[in-house]
Amino acid sequence: MASNSKTLRSPLQIARGLGSAKHGTEHWWHQRVTAIALVPLTVWFIFGVIRHLGADHAAFVAWLESPFSALMMVLTAVVTFHHAQAGLQVVIEDYVHNEMAKILSILAVKALCFVLGAACVIAVLKISFGA
Amino acid sequence: MVEFNLPANSKVGVGKTINAATGAKRAKTFKIYRWSPDDGQNPRVDTYVVDLDKFGPMILDAIIYIKNNIDSTLTFRRSCREGICGSCAMNIDGTNTLACLKAIEEVKGDVKIYPLPHMPVVKDLVPDLKHIYAQLASIKPWLQSQSPAPSRERLQSPEDRAKLDGLYECILCFCCSTSCPSYWWNGDRYLGPSILLQAYRWIVDSRDEMTGERLDNLEDPFRLYRCHTIMNCTKACPKGLNPAKAIAEIKKLMVQRR
Repeated sequence: MASNSKTLRSPLQIARGLGSAKHGTEHWWHQRVTAIALVPLTVWFIFGVIRHLGADHAAFVAWLESPFSALMMVLTAVVTFHHAQAGLQVVIEDYVHNEMAKILSILAVKALCFVLGAACVIAVLKISFGA
Repeated sequence: MVEFNLPANSKVGVGKTINAATGAKRAKTFKIYRWSPDDGQNPRVDTYVVDLDKFGPMILDAIIYIKNNIDSTLTFRRSCREGICGSCAMNIDGTNTLACLKAIEEVKGDVKIYPLPHMPVVKDLVPDLKHIYAQLASIKPWLQSQSPAPSRERLQSPEDRAKLDGLYECILCFCCSTSCPSYWWNGDRYLGPSILLQAYRWIVDSRDEMTGERLDNLEDPFRLYRCHTIMNCTKACPKGLNPAKAIAEIKKLMVQRR
C-alpha cells in the first residue's frame, strides 16, 4: 500500500483508479437468472437420479433417451456450468489479487466449465440419438 | 497470490496493566488496542481496570476518563458524544459501533476495544480514513444539474423527499464499510456500503439530474458488484440504516436501465 509511487499520488487519483468498467450488470443478472432456473432443474435432476437408484444401465439409458429427459439433462448441464463459471469467477476476483494469476485462473475455470458442459451435452445427445 | 507471512504489525502483544479501581464497588476491565508509529514496536493490548462510579454510562465516557486520569497517551477521535458526528467509531466487544452510543453495561465481561477493522492505523484507535474519504469524493456527493440554476429553491414533492429517509441520516462513521469482508479484501476498488449508500442517496434524489452518469460511474465489477449481500453493514450501522438495501436498489436500477 505504501510504495512510493502510491504515496505521491493524491488519494482521489487512487480512488478513481482506471475508472468504471461500465460492465458487470449482465454478469450479475445472469447469475441470478441461472440460479432461479436451477431450482426446478436441480429438483428434476435429483428426482430422476433417485428414481433410478439400483437400476441397470439399460433402464437408465432408456430414461435418458426420451426427448423430455434429454432436453432437461442438456439444460441442467448447460445452466449448471454457466452458473458455476460465473460464480467461480466472482470467488477468484474476490480473493486472488495478483493480476496475472487472477486472469489465468479465471480463464482456466471458464475453460474447464466449458469443456465439462460440452462433454455432458455430447454424452446426452449421443445416448438420446442412439449413436 | 497467497501470502504466507502476515503483514507488519499484525501480531498484537500484551501490554501494561493499570489498576485504577482499588476499593471500587463496580470495577470494570477495559482492554484497549495500542499502537504508536513512533516507537517501532508491534501493537499491544493495554488493560485498564476502572471504577464505573467515576464516570458516565457510555464506552466513550470510559475512554475519556482513562485518557484524562490514567493514561494521557491513549489516542482516539471523539467530538459530539451524541451519535451525530461519527468520530468515535471503533470496534467494541467485536462489533463496529460508536463509543458514544454504546453503553458499558451492554458488554458482558471485559470491554475489548480495537480500531475499525482492516484500515491502516494512524495511532491507537485512530484509523486512516484518507482512502475512504477519497472514495466518497469520487461519487460526487452533491447535487448536480444540467438545467440552469433556478432563482429560488429546487422543489421536491413530499413523496420524493420521503425516498431520502433512511439515507440522509448517514453520518459517515464507516462502521458498515469496515465490517464488510468484501471491503476488507477489495477496498482499494470496491466502494463499500457507506459510499454506495451515499451514491444511492444522490441517485434517488428527484432534484439531481445526473442519475445516468452516477449509475455509469458505479457500473463496475469491483466498485459495485463486490457486494455479495453479506449484510454485516446493516447489522453494524449504529444509526439503524440499511446500506445493503440501498446497494440492492442500485443493482435493480442497473437492470432496469438496460
